[in-house]
Amino acid sequence: MGKESQGNYFFPAKANLMPYLYLSIGLVGFYLWWLVYVRLSSVSSWLTYTLLGMERSSHLGESVWFFLYDSPKVMMLLLLVVFGVGIIRSFFTPEKTRAILSGKGEFFGNILAALLGVVTPFCSCSAVPLFIGFVAAGVPLGVTFSFLIAAPMVNEIALGLLYGLLGWKIAALYMGTGLSVAVIAGWVIGKLHMEKHIEEWVSDVNASENFEYEERLTIHDRVVYGWDAVKEIIGRVWVYVIIGIAVGAAIHGFVPEEFMASVMGRDAWWSVPLATSLGIPMYSNAAGIIPVVEALLGKGAALGTVLAFMMSVIALSLPEMVILRKVLKPRLIGVFIGVVGCGILMVGYLFNIVIQG
Amino acid sequence: MEIKVLGPGCKRCKKTEKVVREAVAEAGADAKVDKITDMMEIAKYGVLGTPAVIVDAEVKSVGKIPNKEEIKSWLA
Repeated sequence: MGKESQGNYFFPAKANLMPYLYLSIGLVGFYLWWLVYVRLSSVSSWLTYTLLGMERSSHLGESVWFFLYDSPKVMMLLLLVVFGVGIIRSFFTPEKTRAILSGKGEFFGNILAALLGVVTPFCSCSAVPLFIGFVAAGVPLGVTFSFLIAAPMVNEIALGLLYGLLGWKIAALYMGTGLSVAVIAGWVIGKLHMEKHIEEWVSDVNASENFEYEERLTIHDRVVYGWDAVKEIIGRVWVYVIIGIAVGAAIHGFVPEEFMASVMGRDAWWSVPLATSLGIPMYSNAAGIIPVVEALLGKGAALGTVLAFMMSVIALSLPEMVILRKVLKPRLIGVFIGVVGCGILMVGYLFNIVIQG
Repeated sequence: MEIKVLGPGCKRCKKTEKVVREAVAEAGADAKVDKITDMMEIAKYGVLGTPAVIVDAEVKSVGKIPNKEEIKSWLA
């Protein structure tokens, strides 16, 4: 072994110092982030009411303030959460998740699949190879669905933004109910024994051809992974975020107080199914929909209705159905939409009943 | 040398193909680069995510855009 790689007492080998180096950079970075973050509210007030000279409590002033406050806030939260979760995700790969899930029994397997769906890196364009890989490796169909439902719905972007904008209670509620929908819907699909509604060509794929693909990552690699996630995800979602905040700002400033209470309130029984069906053709991601949700809640919309709307927009999207159609026959797609839709409806009604005021 | 970039046509997949082609050109490697967009073809390789890069039937990367240095190290 060469002297350089081993290091000495005063200068330990590079690899040993790296974690501390990154930890200190991380702490300093977080402190700077915090310094800016706590000042956002006063800076946006100053910009809106002093610099732009807008009138407080005017419609336009309220909207502009909401936009100037929420945009940097959401972006900063995204930055922090996506980076943090990116590092966590570097410990999980779809390959490992598949190895954990293959041969697992039904109900327990569904729970595990939903939980792994939260931390395993996933993008909807990978849904098809992932589906085939899971099913070919002996992961039960229902368990695979639990994963496919949880992965886009309960993710780091949704949780981070809900926590930052609406508080930890709503974030926890969303995570708990989202996971329940994924577990139960997957379990039901498994019980329906719909294996014959998978396209025939899927079973012709020779599973024995699978490659074992394994990567060893250093701390440096994981930091790079986290940073790549930031560039990739923020680069992809920022447009949605800005549009979402602009819509949210318009609602915040111009929609009269309690207007939403009549349309999306607890007393309107039809509001939950309406919100759920409105959500299906809409395609946005968590980052774009949460600022809208924030504004709707502020105007008296019921929490259950809003959660149902949000879940439906994220979990049931037409583009994903088109992708999944390549491996699933129409009936199974129909069942998928039906079962997940029912789960979302139940969540909506449950919260409207349980949460008072 | 045969390089296959697997991806149904999402943004990241296109980016991967571009980076691979650039790396091959820069390294002056004698390699044929193919983009595979057909789902059935992709499934045959047994990868769980896209974009994926296959060099001479060996899976080199899955679910990420590899950087040029990485790609060049596969070409050697």
